[in-house]
Amino acid sequence: MNGASASHALGVAQARRWYWQRISAMVLALCVLGHLAVMIYAVRGGLTGAEILGRTQGHWGFALFYGTFVLACSVHVPLGLASIAREWLGMGETAALWLARAFGVLLLVSGLRAVVAVFTAGL
Amino acid sequence: MRRNDIRAHNHPAWWAYLVHRLSGLALGLFLPLHFWALGRALQGEPGLETFLRFADHPLVKFAEWTLVLLLALHLAGGLRLLLIEFGPWNGLRKNWIAAGAGFGLATSLAFALALLG
Amino acid sequence: MSTTLDVSIWRGRDDGRFVHYEVPRRDSQTVLDVVTHVQRQLDPTLSYRFACRVGMCGSCAMTVNGQARWTCRTHVSKVVGSDGRLEVAPLAHLPVIKDLATDMSGFFDKWARAQGQFSGSRTRHDEFARVQPASAERQAADAGIECIGCAVCYASCDVVAQRPDYLGPAALNRAWTLVNDERDTRQTERLRAVAGDAGCHACHTQGSCTERCPKQISPTQSIAGLKRTVARAAIRGKL
Repeated sequence: MNGASASHALGVAQARRWYWQRISAMVLALCVLGHLAVMIYAVRGGLTGAEILGRTQGHWGFALFYGTFVLACSVHVPLGLASIAREWLGMGETAALWLARAFGVLLLVSGLRAVVAVFTAGL
Repeated sequence: MRRNDIRAHNHPAWWAYLVHRLSGLALGLFLPLHFWALGRALQGEPGLETFLRFADHPLVKFAEWTLVLLLALHLAGGLRLLLIEFGPWNGLRKNWIAAGAGFGLATSLAFALALLG
Repeated sequence: MSTTLDVSIWRGRDDGRFVHYEVPRRDSQTVLDVVTHVQRQLDPTLSYRFACRVGMCGSCAMTVNGQARWTCRTHVSKVVGSDGRLEVAPLAHLPVIKDLATDMSGFFDKWARAQGQFSGSRTRHDEFARVQPASAERQAADAGIECIGCAVCYASCDVVAQRPDYLGPAALNRAWTLVNDERDTRQTERLRAVAGDAGCHACHTQGSCTERCPKQISPTQSIAGLKRTVARAAIRGKL
């Protein structure tokens, strides 16, 4: 690739990252509002494992909601971290993006594992 | 070349940017821990229960409250950004900064009351 | 009100130091008056820029008490500390030539790199283009058209400091006015110029540009428009 088309490809990539950050943000806005409401409701009178699993175990609605939440986080958080890595840690573009991707995979895997965990409750 | 210090940064929209970035960083780094804790449910209720009893410690509760505050602030700040970037123009939406701070405080207060009640 | 001001003025280049001067305080005194007094009465070796001295040209922009401002439009009474102290330094984020004068060429190079110049298709032999002043595009362009390139916004932006290639609020604002100019023929090149690592998507909406612009322009608004326009073009494969 010559210089012009390389920077053009970079431009398209940057535009897409910005776009996906905003799309995931809109999804997260709804998820977070729901999550805040659930949390405030749930911690009343103390929080027990039985209470949590009583709500989530076998419950497809919760699984779908939190699965979507995890997916959106896996897109949104890494892009934010990449900016911080570039601007506050002085990382290069490629390094920052690889760091971000790695963190995104971590979130996706551990997050979906958590969703499965509370859906199955070990069963 | 010279760089700016706090005197250049001391205006509401800049503080909103800093709060949004720092809260996002804290929440993002917290998430893997959160997912790991929930993943303990793979051991069934006992797995989750032992973690929750550890989390009864007042310091942990205070950390939880802080995270709720940061989450609410990050949400409000994010909505403000979405309005600036996509919505019909209306300046830096400084009224949203105030509203966002209020929403954050109210949410964290509601959480605190729920925790203590 | 004390009768003298304790003024610290930056002397030297990028490395240098603040030098103290005692300047008589007057009514309706501007910071430019103070700097001029120092150069004419106290130290003729002080270098600084000004031209119109009435808030039209933007040449006198400097950092006053840590904030980028037009010194001819900054009354001492508005910025002086209670201890009668004033700090005057060159604009941030630009190489210092000497004392209060900075090298603005990088700032204007970025203006050009953002395709901040108009390219039309008509000649003097053609009819005038008819542009509706009330159209959404023209209003968007008009909102940012008054920029005179003083670099106050550029000096106030953290992203400019943290990403050396970042085109900056003024260049991007100008690009936005041209994106909204229906007569311009280089729209694709312009959108490409403002996308990418150094372009509009690096803006984090800190809003310092909008906060400090002496002409009340909002580069934040313009850059938000560019973000949307570039993203739309990228998605449609038109970038």
